Amino acid sequence: MSEYEAVIGLEIHAELKTLSKMFCCCDASFGGEPNSRTCPVCLGLPGVLPVLNRRAVELATRLALALQCEIAPHSIFHRKNYFYPDMPKNFQISQYDLPLGVGGHLDLEMEEAAVRVGITRVHLEEDTGKTVHVGESGRIHGSEYSLEDFNRAGVPLLEIVTEPDIRTPGHARAFLQELKSIMEHLEISDCKMEEGSLRCDANISLRKRGGTQFGVKAEVKNMNSFRALYRALDYEIKRQNEVLSQGGEVVQETRHWDADANVTTPLRTKEYAFDYRYFPEPDLVPLELERSFIDEVRAGLPELPAERRRRFREDYGLPEHDAALLTSSKAMGDFFESAVEAGADPKAASNWMMGELSAHLNAQSMEIGEVLVAPAQLAEMIALVDGGVISGKIAKAVFEEMLESGRDPGDIVREKGITQISDEEELARLIEEAIRENPASVEDYRKGKEKALGFLVGQVMRKTKGRANPQVVNDLLRKSLES
Amino acid sequence: MDSFYDMKAWELLGLIAGGEVKAAEVLDSVLDRMERVEERVHSYITPTPEEARAAADAADRAAAGGGAGKAAGIPMAVKDVLCTRGVRTTCGSRMLEGYVPVYDATVVERLRGEGLVMVGKANMDEFAMGSSTENSAFGPTRNPWDLERVPGGSSGGSAAAVAAGEAIWALGSDTGGSIRQPASFCGLVGMKPTYGLVSRYGLVAFASSLDQVGPITRDVKDCALLLSLLAGHDPMDSTSLDAAVPDYLAAMEGDIRGIRVGVPRELMQEGLTDGVRKAVEGCLDLFARLGAEVEEATLPNLDYALSAYYIIAPAEASSNLARFDGVRYGLRVKGADDMIEMYGRTRAAGFGPEVKRRIMLGTYALSAGYYEAYYGQAQKVRTLIVRDFQDAFERFDILVSPTSPTPAFGLGERTEDLLAMYLSDVCTIPVNLAGIPAISIPCGLEDGLPLGLQIMGKVLGEATVLRAARAMEEALSFKARPGAEKGVGA
Repeated sequence: MSEYEAVIGLEIHAELKTLSKMFCCCDASFGGEPNSRTCPVCLGLPGVLPVLNRRAVELATRLALALQCEIAPHSIFHRKNYFYPDMPKNFQISQYDLPLGVGGHLDLEMEEAAVRVGITRVHLEEDTGKTVHVGESGRIHGSEYSLEDFNRAGVPLLEIVTEPDIRTPGHARAFLQELKSIMEHLEISDCKMEEGSLRCDANISLRKRGGTQFGVKAEVKNMNSFRALYRALDYEIKRQNEVLSQGGEVVQETRHWDADANVTTPLRTKEYAFDYRYFPEPDLVPLELERSFIDEVRAGLPELPAERRRRFREDYGLPEHDAALLTSSKAMGDFFESAVEAGADPKAASNWMMGELSAHLNAQSMEIGEVLVAPAQLAEMIALVDGGVISGKIAKAVFEEMLESGRDPGDIVREKGITQISDEEELARLIEEAIRENPASVEDYRKGKEKALGFLVGQVMRKTKGRANPQVVNDLLRKSLES
Repeated sequence: MDSFYDMKAWELLGLIAGGEVKAAEVLDSVLDRMERVEERVHSYITPTPEEARAAADAADRAAAGGGAGKAAGIPMAVKDVLCTRGVRTTCGSRMLEGYVPVYDATVVERLRGEGLVMVGKANMDEFAMGSSTENSAFGPTRNPWDLERVPGGSSGGSAAAVAAGEAIWALGSDTGGSIRQPASFCGLVGMKPTYGLVSRYGLVAFASSLDQVGPITRDVKDCALLLSLLAGHDPMDSTSLDAAVPDYLAAMEGDIRGIRVGVPRELMQEGLTDGVRKAVEGCLDLFARLGAEVEEATLPNLDYALSAYYIIAPAEASSNLARFDGVRYGLRVKGADDMIEMYGRTRAAGFGPEVKRRIMLGTYALSAGYYEAYYGQAQKVRTLIVRDFQDAFERFDILVSPTSPTPAFGLGERTEDLLAMYLSDVCTIPVNLAGIPAISIPCGLEDGLPLGLQIMGKVLGEATVLRAARAMEEALSFKARPGAEKGVGA
């Protein structure tokens, strides 16, 4: 164990799932032909003014409440001034010293212990456009020219800042996963890290274990997946550890995670820190939230992942591990509950989802929302197994086919003629055949070699092309041999 | 040809509605006048005679059908800080020399709905920063009363156009006096409405918390008429007030017996010319004769208004003007090796010295370590000034002062002495800081140059202000016109 411990705080940005942008009527959804989702306001043309999107405030309030924040009845917007070509006005409208929510927390149920991470603030701001640097490097240095796409400019963005309460990369990842799941359950963001609708930066420093003073921190940017977050922090801990162990000093700077090279590289040091010249945005009036509005939002909060996990354990008797996985995203939990509602045994549904379904999603890099199988179809397949129509082994093949085609399990089974042979007369005939053809094994069994029975069952199963229920074959075979 | 160009809008509207005159004839008169005087006055950056012609013809067709709008057929000058769809909008800057907006400012859109006949985009100090229209990248405008003098600013082109007969009325914008001071210098009526009464959408921002659009006209009645067309809530402007708009024309009529008139001592101090002092004192006597109660008022924090203004306005401007960077529209100086150099070169070439000065002032005032001492302090002073006015309006219905301490000054006279230039707005600036309405009406002459009386009212007190202005206008019966010797002649 190192003499140092890590002190980590996260800064997360999530794009809100509103129909229109934060300050104008443009479509706020991801994608579109470059600059097709723009208007004078989000292009920052001379003379335009912002008008706040009420829905964005509502969605932000949802999260702030879910994170147990105090909601400011009076908050204001500031201008954050800096020049960058992806920002049409060369200032970003953001909240500063009076954010929407402050002083919340999020509890993580880690295997070793419960971990509480403080939430410093939750605030609203507008997103910037996207710069594409054209040239070999793909980064600004060495590019030939750059293009701007303002479709994203003005999309409402939530910023969530944590207290420096996180100690390990694993906890950081768990926090981000839980926060993502919460935002999905609240239906406020798509939370797609690969599309940039969920982004995470981290502040990380080391200090002597048990100390109270913070060390010098580095800010790490460009972590575009849970894995990147974990690995970047892991790398940073090792790097800073090495610097400190050799008697050096960590430099306060911003570092860039390079996922290909698996290293962080310096982006800019503190001396180049911006002076954002924040001042209250004079084009907007203060945001005054009525008590009744806050109460209404609070009353409308849906079930959150922690509560859902508890319910999955208690109501469905699922083990902790299953409950955690099935609530890691809202869509997983919804799929599971729909399957159960359609009649599936909870544990069986969970097993299929955690096994074959998850493997399929991973292999195809798919989201559960994109999968072709409907929850009711999974329930139907489980019913076929339970009813003895197909064996578990066949079910795997059937499920694979379902995942490929999205067809009903009943149709697949009928079409391929793979219904389990449950006709005992037919089975009895095949068993007689097997006994006739394998006298040596029959002799072995009768001499007390239990193993021989397994061989004979296998022979019968082969004759049925796997369509018999092995347990039934086992019973019938034993009866035949002992009669 | 009839001198329609010299008439008031309400007179012309009556003639056009009655079928006695065609909008096209009024326009001919104004365009003809433009041809004769524009070269000397230079009111316009971009004259728009073709668009005006089409609009006047449309107004005549509408009048024939009995459905003409309330501004139909009245040639108007629009300050070049208001966005006009399809007509370039330069803000008096090289930065936007070829910039053509894709949308109309809300006020322009509203006036189009009432049959607007826009004859041109009026000259102005660059980005509305200045008090003389000498800061225009397109050359100065001259005062129609004396061509060697400035018309005031920053709405100098709008005021000069109306005074010279190149428009019947005009739109200006006022951040620290930019409507009232040029109106005063050009013998016209100019009004800055209550902050939030008129939409700012499409007004290219100088200082967002101070800017207002307003009318420049030949009399108070036209002012009331035009204001009623501009005022009203705009969902595109979050700072736009959602208040009912009174009938200003009706509210303007009536006597002012018993009205309480306060005279802020702080606005009658040193720096006033004799002529200005005498003219204002003459007005106070007239107010008393009209039955008003006139008394001195004290608003002690007005002494700090100019200082606070020159922190707040540049601070907001430094942020508002950041968007002019050469990336998306307007000027881009080519040949830079990287982005930062492109910004630098573009802004160095695109902005004039006064704009650069204010951007630097404002940037400094907002910088880390200086914010509290400058911007924070200025906001506190602003709050105190707002309170001073609130207190004063507990005792008074209106406050009066000179609009400007002096009549129009000479071209070039103050370009080297910035403090003297800034001081020409000393009486008008407090009004913007407080967000209250104020009007300037002509109240006399000094050395043949017009002087202005400023009448201030409480928030949304436009009706009272207009009524007092109307009564005073009638009592003063100011009939002087630009002379032909030094000026353009009538």
